[in-house]
Amino acid sequence: MIKKKIIALILAGGQGSRLKLLTKNVAKPAVAFGGKYRIIDFVLSNCSNSGIDTVGVLTQYKPQQLNLHIGIGAPWDLDRVHGGVQMLPPYQTEVGADWYKGTANAVFQNLKFCDEYDPDYILILSGDHIYKMDYSKMLEYHIEKDADATIAVIKVPIEEASRFGIMNTDENDRIVEFEEKPKNPKSDLASMGIYIFNYPKLKKYLIEDAKDPKSDYDFGKNIIPKMLNDNNKLFAYTFKDYWKDVGTIESLWEANMDLINQDIKTTLLDPSWPIYSQIMSRPPQFVGKNAQIENAIISEGCVINGQVSNSVIFPGVRIDENARVMNSIIMSDCVIGRNVIIDKAILSSNVTVKPNTVVGNSKDIALIDENVTIESNYIG
Amino acid sequence: MIRDYMGIINVCENESDIRSLTTNRPIASIPFAARYRVIDFILSNMVNAGIRNVGIFMESKSRSLVDHVGTGKPWDLNRKIDGLYMFHQSLTGIMTNDSKMFRNNMEYIYKSRSENVILASSYMINNMNLEDAVKYSEQSGADITVIYKPVSNADKDFMNCTTLNIDENSKITGVSKNIGIAKKANICAEIFIMKKEILIDLLYRNLQSGSDPTFNTTIYNNIKRYNIVGYAFDGYMACINSIHAYYKASMEMLNSKITNELFFKNGNIYTKIKDEPPTRYMKGSNVTNCLIADGCIIEGTVCDSLLSRYVKIEKGAEVKNCIILQNCRIGAGAKLSNVILDKNGIIDKNMELKGSTEFPLVIEKRGLVNI
Repeated sequence: MIKKKIIALILAGGQGSRLKLLTKNVAKPAVAFGGKYRIIDFVLSNCSNSGIDTVGVLTQYKPQQLNLHIGIGAPWDLDRVHGGVQMLPPYQTEVGADWYKGTANAVFQNLKFCDEYDPDYILILSGDHIYKMDYSKMLEYHIEKDADATIAVIKVPIEEASRFGIMNTDENDRIVEFEEKPKNPKSDLASMGIYIFNYPKLKKYLIEDAKDPKSDYDFGKNIIPKMLNDNNKLFAYTFKDYWKDVGTIESLWEANMDLINQDIKTTLLDPSWPIYSQIMSRPPQFVGKNAQIENAIISEGCVINGQVSNSVIFPGVRIDENARVMNSIIMSDCVIGRNVIIDKAILSSNVTVKPNTVVGNSKDIALIDENVTIESNYIG
Repeated sequence: MIRDYMGIINVCENESDIRSLTTNRPIASIPFAARYRVIDFILSNMVNAGIRNVGIFMESKSRSLVDHVGTGKPWDLNRKIDGLYMFHQSLTGIMTNDSKMFRNNMEYIYKSRSENVILASSYMINNMNLEDAVKYSEQSGADITVIYKPVSNADKDFMNCTTLNIDENSKITGVSKNIGIAKKANICAEIFIMKKEILIDLLYRNLQSGSDPTFNTTIYNNIKRYNIVGYAFDGYMACINSIHAYYKASMEMLNSKITNELFFKNGNIYTKIKDEPPTRYMKGSNVTNCLIADGCIIEGTVCDSLLSRYVKIEKGAEVKNCIILQNCRIGAGAKLSNVILDKNGIIDKNMELKGSTEFPLVIEKRGLVNI
């Protein structure tokens, strides 16, 4: 196998139960987002755009859609002769079979995959965050600091800091302490769950950690504190652009709304850092004679004859005359009948809303399961 | 699904009435219907019928077409077994027409495992079930089957297209050109179904004749020698052979009855994937009766128009009855009506441009590099 300077592993095994019925059939990274994407497209595109050509995707919870979506990785230019993208579910060995017991354990179980490429550095990523980041700059920083590990951090409002893993750093950005969800946070630098490690060092710690029966086998809870304890050089890399963890229905809705309310330069529309996805060939969108569209993003294959505002419309959606869709996310192939009013709802794919019905109450988010037909009013 | 057929798309088409859109490209790669290129329709029709071996024969100016078709992946033609083959005008020897090009690449035709050929031009836009045509051809026992569309508007549309005289047994008895005198005509769709050996025989006859006519003419010259029958197609068809025809057909794409047929009827139409984000409609945008590709940003007013990928319509701009191709920017307050704006066009602030339905104003492609 050809040696790689850096490889990436994406943790994509989580269920994301707080996304409720959106993760009924798919893992969280496979949840649809932003008019034509799935959440994992962001991290995969970041890898590709950063020049990382060897990526492992660690899957566990309901991986079928992820497997289908990622395939051989062609949309991300990750169908490579050497490297490329590989799906890494748990597997059986001579000594038995284990599920991934934690983030660190998941990587531990795939050390063989990593060893194949003999990498100097390994990048650990979460498959469920929305952001655009050039990992090559983070790697430069890591090398420049001569670090053992570098953790990407983002400033959060101090009153929210107790929800995150918080890094306390010295004046040179060296991490002196890590606190998981502290009651009284000393800093506002939250871990983004993005790590670069010197691979041989990480391997050593993972092997040790695996032997510890009391461990949670988790990067944040075990590996990072242990490395700090041993006086390794860990640095914080501050990320200043848009970043969102879409772990809940509310944050997923907000992140979608951010796409239509942000400045154009900072959004998906910036072609200097494209986000790739598995795209079906559909005709252009058709906007009818009586349509009214304002402040919305709309994808190919849609037929819009009604009114759309402050909404994200996925491919193949039909919105009939006089229907009004506001503050909502409408996923692929939904049909919205005449005179329907939808206000603040998330419709999963393939939902039919019969004419003259009302969905949502403009306050709480109404969440509609895929493939259902709504025949009478549904007020969240 | 048909087996044992190969497809040959001959994109050496007459560009004399559509020059302003073909300075840099063949007709086959003119953008059409906001998202597609002209060639997508015949290519998708072939693939949807089950053809797995397609050869594209092109003259010069092939860069745009090669870029568009690529390895054939969007059409599932990036195959290990068969797949897509591209033939360019060779640098050695002066080639004057398609027949010579076929002859020069005879080995491809010989070597193909298929016994039969569907030969087609690119500029006839339709969504056709080629399987049905093949069935008809096989049952008729004819040497060559020609697909045509009987029309009653030949005095207005399909100007300069080939028309066919057909007897009561569907046999082709004569060929002429539509010069717009009669309303009724059988417009040749320029799709021919024949055995490979007949194609090869025609190429030899073409060589023997010494005068090197185009391949379609060679077929027409041999209507007495071969049993050539017509297969009538009654779906939507447009021929992109002039600016006028291009503009008219494009505006027909705002009719959902036509697009429902053209985009879906016998299978999807595939095209190159470009990873553009969804189109963003800003506050104050006013869009009605439009066909719009992804990747656009719209702040102004657009009606009765087609926008290709990555078009920007700035605040206060008004676009009506226009075809705006990829990557164009319409500056704030500009007013455009009946304009065909080719790729990369930039319209300055407050500029006003006006064409008419009969004579749309064409702004040629702006090169990104000036030499």
